[in-house]
Amino acid sequence: MTAELTCREAIAQAIADELASDPDVILFGEDVGAAGGVFKSTVGLFERFGPERVRDTPISEQAIVGTAIGAAMMGLRPIAEIMFADFAGVCFDQLANQLAKYRYLTGGQACLPVTVRMANGAGAGFGAQHSQATENWFLNVPGLKIAVPGTVEDCYGLLRAAVRDDNPVLVFEHKNLLGLKGTVSKDPYRLGEASVVRRGHDVTVVATQQMRHRALEAADLLAGDGIEIEVIDPRTLVPFDDEKVAESLAKTARLLVVQEGPPCGGWGASLIARMTSHHFQCFDVAPKLLASAETPVPYAARLEQAWMPGCADVVDAARELVAS
Amino acid sequence: MNPTGTENSAAADRAADRQLPPDWHQMLRSMLCIRHFEDQVKALFGSGLVRGSTHLCQGQEAVAVGVCSLLTPGDTMTCTYRGHGAVLAAGAALEACFAEILGREGGLCKGKGGSMHLADLDKGIIGSNAVVGAHLPISLGTGLATQYRKTGKVSVAFTGDGSTNIGAFHESMNLAAVWRLPVVVVVENNHYGEYSPLAATTSVTRLSGRAAAYGIPGLFVDGNDLLAVREVADNAISRARAGQGPTLIEADTYRHEGHSRSDPAKYRPAGELELWLARDPIPRFEQVVLAAGATTPEELESLRNDAKTEVKAALERAKASPEPQADRLYEDVYR
Repeated sequence: MTAELTCREAIAQAIADELASDPDVILFGEDVGAAGGVFKSTVGLFERFGPERVRDTPISEQAIVGTAIGAAMMGLRPIAEIMFADFAGVCFDQLANQLAKYRYLTGGQACLPVTVRMANGAGAGFGAQHSQATENWFLNVPGLKIAVPGTVEDCYGLLRAAVRDDNPVLVFEHKNLLGLKGTVSKDPYRLGEASVVRRGHDVTVVATQQMRHRALEAADLLAGDGIEIEVIDPRTLVPFDDEKVAESLAKTARLLVVQEGPPCGGWGASLIARMTSHHFQCFDVAPKLLASAETPVPYAARLEQAWMPGCADVVDAARELVAS
Repeated sequence: MNPTGTENSAAADRAADRQLPPDWHQMLRSMLCIRHFEDQVKALFGSGLVRGSTHLCQGQEAVAVGVCSLLTPGDTMTCTYRGHGAVLAAGAALEACFAEILGREGGLCKGKGGSMHLADLDKGIIGSNAVVGAHLPISLGTGLATQYRKTGKVSVAFTGDGSTNIGAFHESMNLAAVWRLPVVVVVENNHYGEYSPLAATTSVTRLSGRAAAYGIPGLFVDGNDLLAVREVADNAISRARAGQGPTLIEADTYRHEGHSRSDPAKYRPAGELELWLARDPIPRFEQVVLAAGATTPEELESLRNDAKTEVKAALERAKASPEPQADRLYEDVYR
């Protein structure tokens, strides 16, 4: 496949390909059917697969996630959408207490091939309750896998891998990237495999989604100064491909993590903790975490841009690491 | 709390024309086993062998047994943390349930769940849940799978009166109704949400009336009358199997014990427990069986003894099961 798609089209394509290849796959959520999704990432699926397999739900996130859990225990492979990732807050019990734990609590009896899709991320002016990087909320809940695709190819590949996985997978689709263009590949993905998206030997920069793109912009600018950063996109936060980061670190001896979302309790801090604990000998300088401000996500454009790391912040941080 | 709407039940119990179903023997035995099981769990807790907390259901046996006696392979059941009775009524093994509550390797869930998490998925026992009302959405999912595959199976969810005030209840009732899912929600109204009497926390205490808000049938039944429970459940389950959608049943009952291990239930008005003990579902059903001439007092005594012996033997076997090895900690998080 070489035709260019947007992320939202790649998401719809991934779901369509899963629905077409497996009768056990069903999709449901608020407005995913007749309306084609509020982010237009499920356009055409209702018409093609019908109301039994592509279902509109009431605004009832607990019921949506719980229904997915029950259906999965009976052998279906449900894809549930809970629209804005912030709404994970209204079904947190179903995600954190039920979905994540049912297999463990039943001593391995339950198999839960549930995919929960939600749109995360700031930058589009949706305000504090529609913009968060809520993937970080779930890092402390064993039992969930977490995918954070940042490209068209990854939106397609990771979503298909999530549906194929026998475990619950939360897939965060970044709102600010839905219009991004690219191509998809039908090669199957494995969850837990980072991608080295730019080679370099001076600083290892780990970033996801929007921040990955800002890191790549920064890489171009830094290259002008003769600084070559290696940009790694982990693509999934759970499982996390520590190995690729450690390999890079062995070469660069400098680590910069760029994270959308406040620093406390985020994946960036956890990554730095693991790297310094297990690979301390690799570091020439203290690692750096570039994260969002410790405030809610503001609405006004200037405030929102100030809230999260930008390209210039990445450039500055990389320079500091190289200089020290 | 006085039993409501059941004033003539004692007379009805004795009516000679009450039809006993062919499996009455099994149902009585099941109720007796649950009663003995719970009595044993209480004693185990008292001797420090049960960790954390436990929630007993003595007095509510007829609800679990009346409904579960109608389930067939492929049907599913979820229940509350006061769910030992429902799980046993749905066919889980006594020994494995004891072992789970004792935290043993041979438990239903290999000791990972405990008293509030009993599940036996092969038998359709999706299980008990420790978060009030959280199992209701899950029951919708098993019902959806049934509807999608057109298997004619039913999803039954037992839930407490307290759960009717949590958001998941409303979300579930509405979605079940909108999608006409084959779901039967059985509210075990034991008149207390944890320590608080229903009327103190709930504006409309006739809980079956909630069904009207969803445009589905709401049925009230004397939950201590086994045959009445069975009849009402039969209607609801048949309706679900026929694709006619969900039903809400309110079964009026009472828990003989307090909310949990630390609750002596001192908030109960004087005489209330005695009133309900007089309506204990087990002696009531025994009277029905005797009045129907289906058994003799001697046979009944022998049935009681058999149940007691069976439960004791299961407990002894469960106690012999080892505790799980520490390295099992990491198993079963992911597949």
